[in-house]
Amino acid sequence: MSANTPLDQHTGVAVPLMRINIDTDAIIPSREMKRVSKEGLGEALFANWRYADVTTRRENPDFILNQDAYRQASILVAGDNFGCGSSREHAVWALKDFGIRVIVAPSFGSIFYGNCVLNGILPIRLAQSHVEALAAEIEAQPGVRFSVDLVKQQLSTPAGKLAEFDISAADKRMLVEGLDGIALTQQRDAEIVSFIAADREQRPWVYR
Amino acid sequence: MSHATLVEKIWAQHRIADLGGGSALLLIDRVFLHERTGGIALQGLAAAGRAVRRPQQVFCTMDHIVDTFPGRGDATRMPGGTAFITSTRAAALEAGVNLFDINDPNQGIVHVVSAEQGITLPGLTQVCPDSHTCTLGGLGALAWGIGSTEAEHALATTTLPILRPKQMRVNFLGRLGRGVTAKDMILKLIGLHGASGGVGYAVEFAGAAVTSLPVEARLTLCNMAVEFGAWTGIIAPDDATFEYVSGRPYAPDGVLWQRAVDHWRSLASDAGAAFDREIDIQAETIAPQITWGTSPQHSISIDEPVPDPQSQPDEKRRAAMSRALAYMAVEPGRPLVGIPIDAAFIGSCTNARLSDLRAAAAILKGQRVATGIKAICVPGSSRVKQAAELEGLHQVFIDAGFEWRESGCSMCFFAGGESFGQGERVITTTNRNFENRQGPGTRSHLASPATVAASALKGQITDVRRLGRQR
Ligand code: SF4
Repeated sequence: MSANTPLDQHTGVAVPLMRINIDTDAIIPSREMKRVSKEGLGEALFANWRYADVTTRRENPDFILNQDAYRQASILVAGDNFGCGSSREHAVWALKDFGIRVIVAPSFGSIFYGNCVLNGILPIRLAQSHVEALAAEIEAQPGVRFSVDLVKQQLSTPAGKLAEFDISAADKRMLVEGLDGIALTQQRDAEIVSFIAADREQRPWVYR
Repeated sequence: MSHATLVEKIWAQHRIADLGGGSALLLIDRVFLHERTGGIALQGLAAAGRAVRRPQQVFCTMDHIVDTFPGRGDATRMPGGTAFITSTRAAALEAGVNLFDINDPNQGIVHVVSAEQGITLPGLTQVCPDSHTCTLGGLGALAWGIGSTEAEHALATTTLPILRPKQMRVNFLGRLGRGVTAKDMILKLIGLHGASGGVGYAVEFAGAAVTSLPVEARLTLCNMAVEFGAWTGIIAPDDATFEYVSGRPYAPDGVLWQRAVDHWRSLASDAGAAFDREIDIQAETIAPQITWGTSPQHSISIDEPVPDPQSQPDEKRRAAMSRALAYMAVEPGRPLVGIPIDAAFIGSCTNARLSDLRAAAAILKGQRVATGIKAICVPGSSRVKQAAELEGLHQVFIDAGFEWRESGCSMCFFAGGESFGQGERVITTTNRNFENRQGPGTRSHLASPATVAASALKGQITDVRRLGRQR
């Protein structure tokens, strides 16, 4: 686990993918997880949808990320329950490698949400109607750029839409400061050691 | 703490520090790894110059990528798969964690092994970089799936920062009907309340139809909590749990056992404990379930017609339904019963324990699967396989025309190796019917072992309750 690029403000091209229940198998199919590595997974992102032939990587022109307006997208606007299913962190590594920094959806798969934060991607939960309005704005103007201010917890669009979002203080700090969670926890080592010592007395059968 | 839920009690016992905003740093009692994601976590840790803090509490098995054909070794059908196996083995040995390697008699699917070895105990916190870790809530442990980066955190510190979940209780009231199983209960719940119905919640399963379930069936019920979107599922430990855990290799014994049981008895939710949401389901209303689409929420009673997208007012849901119908090549307005299948699969951490194999074998005994059906049984662990063979179950499967495999995840998911073919229709005891989950273009119908066995015999989707009459 290494520190991530801090994310306090971000402006980038937004792309809509409004199917509901997009699972991590769709974000990166199992067979694309070929190497024991977190790197270089961007080309496998949405492989089953993005390529007409996954072997040769011949593109499917109908898939939105293959349209020129969206090739540089860094903000994904998605349908409900995005990232449900398998815990594979490869889904987040693939999104990150592709260049996605922010994902907006009505709700997220819970493991996926945590994986985003740990890898420097900001997941934003907004009401369904908000998300639909954002998608409509993109569709009306492909290539439009949205801006996110994580410190103020705001997302704004050229059409003047402003959405405020919630995020836990801990997640916000991790993202804004690009922190390494392990190092952060290790600062509490004394606390952990004494907690375990007391717990050993209470629940000796747990310790082998 | 006089009105605490089961989850709140375990949470409080593991809370090292409050991190603000509803998060806490929790003590993690057990970490389980497998070669698909565990090797990456161990390597990532080593690359950062960090050590596994308490290797004796860390376990690793080979299940996801390993071949399930007899006489297997490190070679696998998945391109590049062998590297996952060898690098995970090397990293596990280097870190000194407990390893159930390919030919270890205790090898098997991670969540099956964890329960049967007594590694999971009631009241523990347990994590694994695998979404179905919630299976182990069936023993009254707080167990959930995490990512690889979180796994590195848990390995290095024996802790994890966790956002406190909301509390839901799902009460299955009354008694289950004949031919209805834990698999049908959870599919019914997801069918009624959706694949995101449990997002943000820890879900306690309760009620007479749950407490009367044998422990293995409780594991099935909790296994699919994640398909409900829940953070995890859990069931209060009781005498049946203690009896199940007792005498298992990693379980406590002697004086410690007595102390442990006393503690475990105190974990059940207090009367009057508050839940953010409660759902009641009458067990009598549950028929055997089957999925028609590409999400576990596309679940219906076996005698019910496939829903019509036209009756769905929400446009997004209507589109998702139409897409699923097209992928699955099924028609709305008609039940699935009678649709010909190409294959039947009995396996996975959902439904491949000994009781599942017994349930299927009871239906298959003395019968043969229909001509042309590819039928496969993959026991959930090497111990399950061994126990089944001692009872002669393997012979029932083989005589019925099933392949009898070595243990592993096998065709629960497609990793680029073995798969059911394009457009093949599979009835399966697994937990995910996503597009391409069991192979490119493969159509998966989730059901219980009994329904799968009955359907394999008929060569078509079959209501197990009517099997006798049809035959
Ligand atoms: S059997 Fe299937 S669901 Fe279970 S751990 Fe293996 S791949 Fe995952």
